Amino acid sequence: MAQTKNSELIKNPLNLNNPITVQVLGICSALAVTVKLEPAIVMAISVTVVTALSNLIISLIRNTIPSRIRIIVQLMVVSFLVILVDQVLKAFMYELDKALSVYIGLIITNCIVMGRLEAFALGNKPLPALLDGIGNGLGYGLILVIVAFVRELFGSGQLFGFQIIPQACYDLGYENCGFMLNPPMALILIGVVIWIQRSKMKELQEK
Amino acid sequence: MESLRKYLDKIKPNFEEGGKHPKLKSTFEAFESFLFVPNETTGAKGAHIRDAVDLKRTITMVIIALLPALFFGMWNVGYWHHAMTGEEAGFFSNLFYGLGQVLPIIAVSYISGLFLEFMFAQIRKEQVNEGFLATGLLIPMIVPVDCPLWMVAVATMFAVLIGKEVFGGTGMNIVNPALLARAFLFFAYPGKMSGDKVWVAGYGDADKVVDGFSGATPLGELAHGTAFDALTAGNEQLSVLDMFLGYMPGSIGETSTLCILIGAIFLICTGVASWKIMFSGVLGVLAMGALLNVFGTEAYTQIPFWSHLLLGGFAFGIVFMATDPVTAAQTETGKWIYGFLIGVVAILVRVVNPAFPEGVMLAILLMNVCAPLIDHIVVRQNVNRRLNRAKAAVASK
Repeated sequence: MAQTKNSELIKNPLNLNNPITVQVLGICSALAVTVKLEPAIVMAISVTVVTALSNLIISLIRNTIPSRIRIIVQLMVVSFLVILVDQVLKAFMYELDKALSVYIGLIITNCIVMGRLEAFALGNKPLPALLDGIGNGLGYGLILVIVAFVRELFGSGQLFGFQIIPQACYDLGYENCGFMLNPPMALILIGVVIWIQRSKMKELQEK
Repeated sequence: MESLRKYLDKIKPNFEEGGKHPKLKSTFEAFESFLFVPNETTGAKGAHIRDAVDLKRTITMVIIALLPALFFGMWNVGYWHHAMTGEEAGFFSNLFYGLGQVLPIIAVSYISGLFLEFMFAQIRKEQVNEGFLATGLLIPMIVPVDCPLWMVAVATMFAVLIGKEVFGGTGMNIVNPALLARAFLFFAYPGKMSGDKVWVAGYGDADKVVDGFSGATPLGELAHGTAFDALTAGNEQLSVLDMFLGYMPGSIGETSTLCILIGAIFLICTGVASWKIMFSGVLGVLAMGALLNVFGTEAYTQIPFWSHLLLGGFAFGIVFMATDPVTAAQTETGKWIYGFLIGVVAILVRVVNPAFPEGVMLAILLMNVCAPLIDHIVVRQNVNRRLNRAKAAVASK
């Protein structure tokens, strides 16, 4: 692990070691916040900030944490960061914060955050840990954006709240797909992303 | 025939390895075996016997069994359209009007589904399977006649892709693809799949409608609190005989219990579908209907328990969808449990849950998912029983 190049730490989680499609972590919030692009992007940024900073902090104090209480220490750090993010959102983007409702708070339980702390930050130096956190946050965000793009476009005919599908189509009989707004469709879309990714990348195919 | 065979033999090398179009091999094979019996026999060392009844013949049986219900459905479409506009129409003008409405739906479902089937067969270099020929006819029969064609195409592609191809194609699917298409339509475009406008062709944008005409299905009326004795179809009183024969608005192929019964007998006689699933399904409906009769308090729960068999899509679902050998339970005991639970859940959803006027679709999909579990339990029980017997035999010695 220690030998991994710093650029790889950012690049790997985007594709080969994607937290959602390969590690299959953080699915719950990916289903809940991807109805529209805007909350999905805010969520992605929030998770990136939390994973990156918590990775950094835990890595800085990793040698002083007694391993028997390490989960409690990790939770303290993560919840401190999540509350910070939540307060910032409440102050500057109140409407979006309301739309995301509990899911910002639930970043604490997002498996990606704890997963990266356990798997990486506890055993690596601060800089690689920071990069790993950023990479995993971005990898999570990438999938969120892909899923939210499809769901908002076909579910509401909009992107970022702007009407994309012209009224003329609706006059001809086109209708928004209501199924896209339901969480099961997000699960199916993530499944399709995993399907495409695995059929493209030989390394990921299980024998 | 002779010349056709010769022509096929002549163009066959083009599709072999090194020919002009090796990529289209499975397409060629699909058409060749469509025209002629596949020329495959058991090898000299084969341990099994190759029967003439292959997947293609089985699917053909299913399609033949569907025809009575399909033709009645076409006539029914024409009948209700003319009843709505108040035009006088004879048997043939009803049938031909229905033909004009239903054929495009069938064509769209076949074209969009087969396009994906052929595409995946080429990519995977496999044979094109015949499974879709039945699915492609089932989908038009379980949608309302006014369902827009592009929705049929989207739903069919979704079903083939997510219901079938992701699991590896025909024979590997977990849920029935035709029902998945129906479920997709129901959740994606609820406005076009329920209500009282969609079941009669052209009702949605009709200029003039006969006074007192209603396009609601009997189940739709029941869900709105109409008493069983006051059910109507169009603007007439609906009798029990009408329900049995199918003179009521509904999805294209599912209204006539009689025609479905003919199909069911054909399927059972040819050994294609399991009578156990159908029979236990009927038992499940009767049991749940009777239970609701006894313990229910609302008007809907008090309708005669046997009438659930005649209304809605239950007959069609249990005969043509639930018996799909791929998605049904495989063990013989499992088939009884599987069918029975479909009947129970279908009526439970239909009567008790106001959000869904019909529960057959959801019941079959749910039981499709549970079928492997049922089989697992049945097999484990059998293993345990034999183990206990063996233990007892050892102990007594």
